[in-house]
Formats: sequence, structure tokens, C-alpha cells
Amino acid sequence: MREVPVALRLIDRIQENHKTITLVLDHALDARPGQFCMLWLPGVDEKPFSIAGPDPLMFTVSRVGPFSEAAHALSKGDPIWVRGPFGTGWSVGPGRALLAGGGYGAAPLYFLARRLREAGAEVEAALGARTSADLLFMDRFGGLGLPVHAATEDGSMGAPGRVTDVVAPLLGSGRFDRLYACGPEAMLKALEARCRETHVAGELSHEAYMRCGVGICGSCERDARLVCMDGPVFSVPGGG
Amino acid sequence: MRHSGPIDLSCMIAGVRLPTPLVLASGIWGTSPTLLERAARTGAGAVTSKTCTPAPRRGHRNPTAIDWGHGLINAMGLPNPGAAEEVALLRDAARRLAALGVALIASIAADTVEEFGRTAAIVSDAGPALIEVNISCPNVESSHGEMFASSAEAAAAVTRQVKASTSIPCVVKLSPNVADIASIARAVAAAGADGITAINTMPGMLVDAESGAPILAHGTGGISGAALKPIALRCVHEITAAVGLPVIGTGGVLTGTDAVEMLSAGAACVGVGSAIVSRGEHALSLILEELKTWISERGYHGLDDIRGRSHRGAGAGAIITNPPPVPGWEKSRA
Ligand SMILES: Cc1cc2nc3c(=O)[nH]c(=O)nc-3n(C[C@H](O)[C@H](O)[C@H](O)COP(=O)(O)OP(=O)(O)OC[C@H]3O[C@@H](n4cnc5c(N)ncnc54)[C@H](O)[C@@H]3O)c2cc1C
Ligand SMILES: Cc1cc2nc3c(=O)[nH]c(=O)nc-3n(C[C@H](O)[C@H](O)[C@H](O)COP(=O)(O)O)c2cc1C
Ligand code: FES
Repeated sequence: MREVPVALRLIDRIQENHKTITLVLDHALDARPGQFCMLWLPGVDEKPFSIAGPDPLMFTVSRVGPFSEAAHALSKGDPIWVRGPFGTGWSVGPGRALLAGGGYGAAPLYFLARRLREAGAEVEAALGARTSADLLFMDRFGGLGLPVHAATEDGSMGAPGRVTDVVAPLLGSGRFDRLYACGPEAMLKALEARCRETHVAGELSHEAYMRCGVGICGSCERDARLVCMDGPVFSVPGGG
Repeated sequence: MRHSGPIDLSCMIAGVRLPTPLVLASGIWGTSPTLLERAARTGAGAVTSKTCTPAPRRGHRNPTAIDWGHGLINAMGLPNPGAAEEVALLRDAARRLAALGVALIASIAADTVEEFGRTAAIVSDAGPALIEVNISCPNVESSHGEMFASSAEAAAAVTRQVKASTSIPCVVKLSPNVADIASIARAVAAAGADGITAINTMPGMLVDAESGAPILAHGTGGISGAALKPIALRCVHEITAAVGLPVIGTGGVLTGTDAVEMLSAGAACVGVGSAIVSRGEHALSLILEELKTWISERGYHGLDDIRGRSHRGAGAGAIITNPPPVPGWEKSRA
């Protein structure tokens, strides 16, 4: 796809939970897991969203403000404008992979899980949310037949607590070569520290306020790096 | 013929020596000190900070910048933290750049002549090598009503006020969207400018076929990159024909050959912005290497050998008195 917004039609709109939908579009995109697109609704705004699946192209959108509100109001057959894919994405190869997702971070990790499996990797997933109603993509991960560990802050499903509490012992077990993560900044920060302690390589997908999406405006800076161009996936070295 | 001795690519702009003739254009990578340092490490002789205004600005809603195929179009709306906050960032940037021998150019804009002066005084505290006076942003509605760059009087008034408010040399950034850019250049020169940056972006618009809506949330925006080059070359040629001030020739420079063309049109040094998108983050170092190769392959010694050559030839308005026949013309008429 070119870097001008292209109008794509919704072929499906899946209600994932009380505040999250998946938009399924009439298009296949050549993209890597971890990459994102800028979604535009004329007169509303343009915002970055991770690719939840490339063929058909899918985005999972949680309702948090004006743009996501407007995206939730779309119906089958409506257009939404897409520019991208942008960013680096996660590495895909064989090995023993642990995937850790918070909130809608589960969506791009599901795309990753499928690619990792195709590449012959052993994959386990840990998903966290506030309550069982907020957990996303449990069924989809389950459908891949891989072990899924859940954590909810209110204990309504899986282990009580945060996804980081579930991930810490898994990382310490020595069973994994690599941690892939996507979720809120606080979760990523905690996971980065766990990676360093346990010497497991990490690939963490971060967010930042984006304008251009193509690495020129500087809006999305994070420690001298541009999330849209150098990221959104950043590596934490393992080994040691 | 290949020149064997070392090629000197350093150059002077408004009394400041730059190690290379490439200047990171304002607005590219914002004002983050660490990003300006990153740009400096890729071969810039100077880097220009994002334009700052007296008060903070949030900028326009998205979409704000689109890579449409022949360069970019943007309407960021000058998002910046405001001059008072900016000073600390500029100070940090100046310190990082000094260690690399790269000059910092601080860009400012304001709504009134007086505020231009005050903003210049504020950013001067950070000790930039130069102040760039942006009177040519096409994407903000000022209380002044139009760009200061639109009229010779307004451009001169801003220049005089800034010069009276700081001892740091000032370059004034002009707009291509005027009837006679040479007359604006003469006015800012007479008002005491130490140099000129030419050009800022050219107003334009993208419309989405499907919805019929303008793509940029602001409606119109500024065209930069490949599509801007012929306009920038014309402006730099006209300005350097009119005034003796050094010019930072900016607009559509993507390759070493583009830089040669800009220097040939009379530029003292060369601004680079949109190339960061089309050629990647190492655009400046690529352009610098290509420029060096171009110069050495032709046996030249440095920038002085190529600068201003567009003024020597037949030039604008030359009339061919005995035009050669156009092949196939007779047939297509028949
Ligand atoms: C690479 C990337 C991938 C993403 N992928 C997804 C995805 O797959 N699914 C998804 O639902 N979202 C995703 N997001 C997040 C999404 O882009 C934002 O939530 C977006 O802002 C939503 O727009 P909005 O208008 O609905 O809400 P907004 O009004 O933008 O508000 C969104 C949230 O951000 C806060 N906020 C707004 N502006 C600022 C600011 N300047 N500083 C700090 N906080 C602010 C608000 O308080 C609110 O909680 C992604 C973001 C990035 C950078
Ligand atoms: C995203 C973006 C932001 C810009 N912001 C500014 C700015 O704040 N101040 C300014 O004087 N020029 C700004 N410009 C214009 C550039 O400095 C430069 O004059 C123009 O892009 C032409 O050069 P180029 O073709 O090499 O990009 C901006 C350009 C772009 C693409
Ligand atoms: S969003 Fe513009 S540089 Fe990343």
C-alpha cells in the first residue's frame, strides 16, 4: 500500500468485549507482526493501530477517545482509510517464545503467534487485564492450541494480579529464549527489568503520540529513538 | 579526471563556519536535543531546531503529514513547547552539538513584530550559533493576518526588531509563495539580516478521491521534498542575483547532485529535510558522500568551484533565436 490513506471497506465488525472491537477489512496487506498502520476517519482524526492480522487486514480497537469512538460507530460496508504499514515489527524464527499481552496488546501478539508457529517456534502466551470481561483474544489464542496463562487484577479469571506476576516465574524458569510483549507502558517497564534480571532477550512494542508516522516530525520520540521508525518494537538484549 | 587532494567541504554562513555544507532543516525531528544530536552525527554542519513560538502550541489535528509520492505535504501547525521551555532544550542541544563541532540554529516565529523580538531575546540565552527567523510558515493563522514573508515591509520590520533584540546573527526564512521573492530578500537585507534561508514549503492540498475531503485536517499544507526542488532552485537563483547575503538553499535536496544544483544556483550551504523520509535516517551522510564524489570526479577542489554557476550562463530569459526543428512536429500537425 502507498503512504497516502487508502479507503478500505469493513467486511466484518467483531465485538470483542464491552469496549473493544475488531475491524476486518476487505484487503490483504503485506506486513510483519508488530507493524502498525495509521487509520483515518475524515473530519475525526488519524491514529496509529497495530495490525491484528494481515489477510484479511484486521485492527482491534479499544474505545478510549474521539477517534476510537468514531471507529466503534462504523458498520459493515463502511470505509475506513488506512496508510502503512509502518515500523519495524517483531523478529520471527524458531525457538521458545513467551508472549505477554496487556489489554489490546493481545491483538498484534495473536498475529505474531501465528507467524511464530509457522516458523516452527514453541509458543506460550500470558494475557492480562483488569477483569475477565476485559481479557481479549483468550479464545483465539486457545484456538491455536498453545498454553495460555491469564491474569486478572480482580482474580475473576486465571491468576489474581498482573500479567507481570505470571511472566516473572516463567522467565525465571529458563524455558524461554525470547519474550515478546505489547501492552501499557508500566507493564513494559516491569517486563524490561525482568528480561534484564533473567537474561532473556525481549522485544517490547511501545506506544507514543504520533503525527507523521514516517519518521520526520519527531513527535514520537522515546530516548532518542523514534517509535514510528525505529520501533514500535524495541529490543532488550538477552545473554550475559 | 579525479581530484587527489583533500576536498574542503566546510563553508561560512553569516560568520559561522560549518564543517559540512548540509543543514538539517527546521521541523525535522522536532526540538529534542537527543534527536538533534542524532542528526548531527549523520553529517550535518548545522542543525535547525523546530520553530518555537512565544507560547506553547499543540499543533493541528491529524492527518498532519503525508508522503504522497513526490515528497511530503504537512500542516503540523507549529507544535512546540513555547520559547521559555524551549530554551532549556536548546541549551542541552547546543552543548551536545558543540562536542561534535556542529552549529545549532534556533528557529523562532511569532504573531507580532514585538513578539518576534522578545522570542529572539529568550532563545538567545541558549547560545545558538544562529537564529532562524521563520516568517514563512504556511500552516498557522497569525493575528497578523498573513505571513510576514508576504510583504517587504512586514518582513523588514520583523528583521529589524529581531536584530535589535539579539547580538546573535540572524537568517530570515522566506516563502516561495510571493510574487517577487527578490524584493523580499532586498528588504530583509536592507533591514540587517545576516543571511537568508530559502525556502519554506509551498502551499498545496491533497484531496481524497473516495470521500472528497481534504486529507490534511488543516485542509491545506506545505509541499516539501522532490516536488519543491525546481521552485527552490528558482528562488535561490533569484535571491542570490538580488542580494549578497549567504543563503541556506533548502527545498527538495535528496541527493548529492541536488546539493550541487542548489550550490550552483548560488546557495552558501544546503538545507535538507524531507530526504530523511525518502532516503532514510542516513540521508545527510549519503548526500554528503555523493557530493564529495561528484566534486572529486570532476577535479574540483571544493564548494567555491561549483557555487553560483547558474548565474554565469545564458540565464533566465535567454531567447533561442534559431530554434532547432522538433522531431515529429510536422507529422503530428498533419
Ligand atoms: C504503535 C501503536 C499501536 C497501537 N495499537 C493500538 C491497537 O491495536 N488498538 C488500540 O485500541 N489502540 C492502539 N494504539 C493506541 C491508539 O492509537 C490511541 O489510544 C489513540 O490515541 C486513540 O485515539 P482516540 O481519539 O480514540 O483517543 P485519544 O483522545 O487519543 O485518547 C487515548 C488515550 O490517550 C490519552 N492521551 C491522549 N493524548 C495524550 C497525550 N498527549 N499524552 C498522554 N496521554 C494522552 C487519553 O487520556 C486516553 O487515555 C496504538 C498506539 C501506537 C502508538
Ligand atoms: C514535517 C515538517 C515540519 C516542518 N516544520 C517547520 C518548522 O517548524 N519551521 C520551519 O521554518 N520550517 C519547517 N518545515 C519546512 C522545512 O524546514 C523546509 O523548509 C522544507 O521542508 C523544504 O525542505 P525539504 O524539501 O528538504 O524538506 C517543515 C517541513 C516538514 C516536512
Ligand atoms: S510520528 Fe512523526 S516521527 Fe514518529
